[in-house]
Amino acid sequence: MDRFSWSNGLLEINETLVIQQRGVRLYDGDDKAKLDLGVTLLSTHRLIWRDIKNHECCIAMPLSQIIFFEEQAAGIGKSAKIVIHLHPVPANKEPGPYQYSKYSYIKLSFKEHGQIEFYRRLTEEMTKKRWENTPVSQPIPTGTGSQAGKTRAVGIVGIERKIEEKRKETDKNISEAFEDLSKLMVKAKEMVELSRSIANKIKDKQGDITEDETIRFKAYLLSMGIANPVTRETHGSGTHYHLQLAKQLGDMLQAPLELLSPEDLVNACKMFESLKLPLRLRVFDSGVMVVQLQSHSEEEMIASALDNVSEKGSLTAEEFAKLLGLSVLLSKERLLLAEKMGHLCRDDSVEGLRFYPNLF
Amino acid sequence: MSFEWPWQYNFPPFFTLQPNVDTRQKQLAAWCSLALSYCRHHKLYTLDVMEAQESPMFNNKKIERKLSMEAIQVVFEELRKKGNLEWLDKNKSRCLVMWRRPEEWGKLIYQWVSKNGMVNSVFTLYELSNGDDTEGEEFHGLEDWMLLRSLQALQTEGKAELFTMDDGKGVKFF
Repeated sequence: MDRFSWSNGLLEINETLVIQQRGVRLYDGDDKAKLDLGVTLLSTHRLIWRDIKNHECCIAMPLSQIIFFEEQAAGIGKSAKIVIHLHPVPANKEPGPYQYSKYSYIKLSFKEHGQIEFYRRLTEEMTKKRWENTPVSQPIPTGTGSQAGKTRAVGIVGIERKIEEKRKETDKNISEAFEDLSKLMVKAKEMVELSRSIANKIKDKQGDITEDETIRFKAYLLSMGIANPVTRETHGSGTHYHLQLAKQLGDMLQAPLELLSPEDLVNACKMFESLKLPLRLRVFDSGVMVVQLQSHSEEEMIASALDNVSEKGSLTAEEFAKLLGLSVLLSKERLLLAEKMGHLCRDDSVEGLRFYPNLF
Repeated sequence: MSFEWPWQYNFPPFFTLQPNVDTRQKQLAAWCSLALSYCRHHKLYTLDVMEAQESPMFNNKKIERKLSMEAIQVVFEELRKKGNLEWLDKNKSRCLVMWRRPEEWGKLIYQWVSKNGMVNSVFTLYELSNGDDTEGEEFHGLEDWMLLRSLQALQTEGKAELFTMDDGKGVKFF
C-alpha cells in the first residue's frame, strides 16, 4: 500500500476513465488496509481509489507500478479479489496513506462483485499500456482541488532528463539485442529506429555531444551497418547488398556471423526462395521469425512434437526445448502450433503451462 | 452406489479452458455431461456457484486442479443454452439445474399414470411426489417447482390439467 499517493482524483488531459466499481476494500498484502469501503476507478494511466463516505480521502497509483496481477476466487464468506503485484516504490513518489509496507502486493476485494469485468479491463489496459503514449510526467500534487488537469514537467530540466533516460534505455537495448540472433530479429525495427535517431542527433550536434563521443557513436553505427551516419551510400543500394548477403548466409549459417543490422538480415532472408537456397524465413502467429531448413515441413514438426509429448506424457516448453536442443522460444512456438492443429491440449495451472496429447 | 467419474476428470487439461475451438467444444460437452450426471446422482436441483467451485464436481483435489470461475460460467452458459439451467438471480450466483428437463419428467410421470391405469384420475401434487404409491419411481421426491413445471409441460401437450384446491394444487390426467 506504500505505492499509493494522495490524489484529488481528477483525471489529467489525455487520461480517460475505463471502469469504476463500488464496494471495494483495499488490502495491504494480506492485511486489511486501514481504509474503509470505497470506489475503485481504473483509468488509462492510473488505479484510483476513493472512500465512499469521505470523498476527500482519495489515493492513486500509476499503472506502470504493476508487474502482474491475478484473480483470487471467492470463498465461503470471502469476496472475490484481484491480487496486484507491484514494482518497488519509486524514489520520487509523492506521499500517500502508507509510508512503508512490508508487502509488494495489494489486493482489491470486491464486496459488491464486478471483479470479472474489472479484471478484464485491467488486463486490456495493461496490454495496451496507453499511458506510455500520453505520459503524465509528474505525479499529481496533493489535495489542492483547483488544478483541473495539466501538470507536466516544465522547463529544460524535464526535457534533458527525458533525453538522458532515453539514452540509457537505448544503450541497454543495444547490448541486449546482440546477445542472441533470434532476439536480434525481434528487435530489428526498434534498432533501426534507434540508429536513425542517433544519426540525426549527431547531425544536429545537440549541445553535450563531444568529438570523442561522436567518434564512438559512429563506431556503433558502423557495426550496425550504417557507415555514413546520414546516408547509406557506401554500402550500395539495398538489393545488390542483400543478394550478396543472402548467398553468404546460405553458406555460412553455422559459422558465427559478423554483426549485421537486423534489417539487413531480415531482408536477406526474404530472398532465400528467389535465390533457390534451401532455407526459408518463417513467421509465426506471434510475430517471431525464424530461419529454417526448407525440408522442415510443418507436418513433420507437428508429428514429432506429438510423439515427444506422448512419450513423456506431458511437456512444458522448457522441457521440450531441453529434449530437442532448441531455444525455449522456438519449442514453445512448435507446441502452440501443434495445439492450434488440434494435436495437443494445454494444462494451465499454478505449476505452469504444460502440453498434453489431445485426448478429447 | 458411488458416483462414477468420467475419464476426463483425472486429465489435468480438462480443468483449463482450451483455446482451440474444436477442442473446447468437446471439453465443454464433457463438462456439461459431468455436471448434469453429478447433480442427478446427488439429486441436486439448485446450485450456489461459489460452493460449486469448491465441490468435488469442479474441484479434483487428487490431481490438484479445479475449474476457474470464468470457466464455470462458460460451462453454465452452455447448460443454460441447452435448457438444462436457469439463473435464479441477476448476479448469476444461484441457479436451477434441470438434469432432466420438465418435458422429460412429464413424460415419466405420464407413463407411470397410464401404466397403472390411472388416466382420468385426480392427484394432489403432494401425492405424486411424496405419496406411498410413487415410492420407487424416479420422480418420487421431486422438488415442487420442478414437479409443477413438468405438469405444466404435460398441460401444454394436452395430457393433463392443473387446478387449485383448498389446500394446494391438483392435477388431472387425460
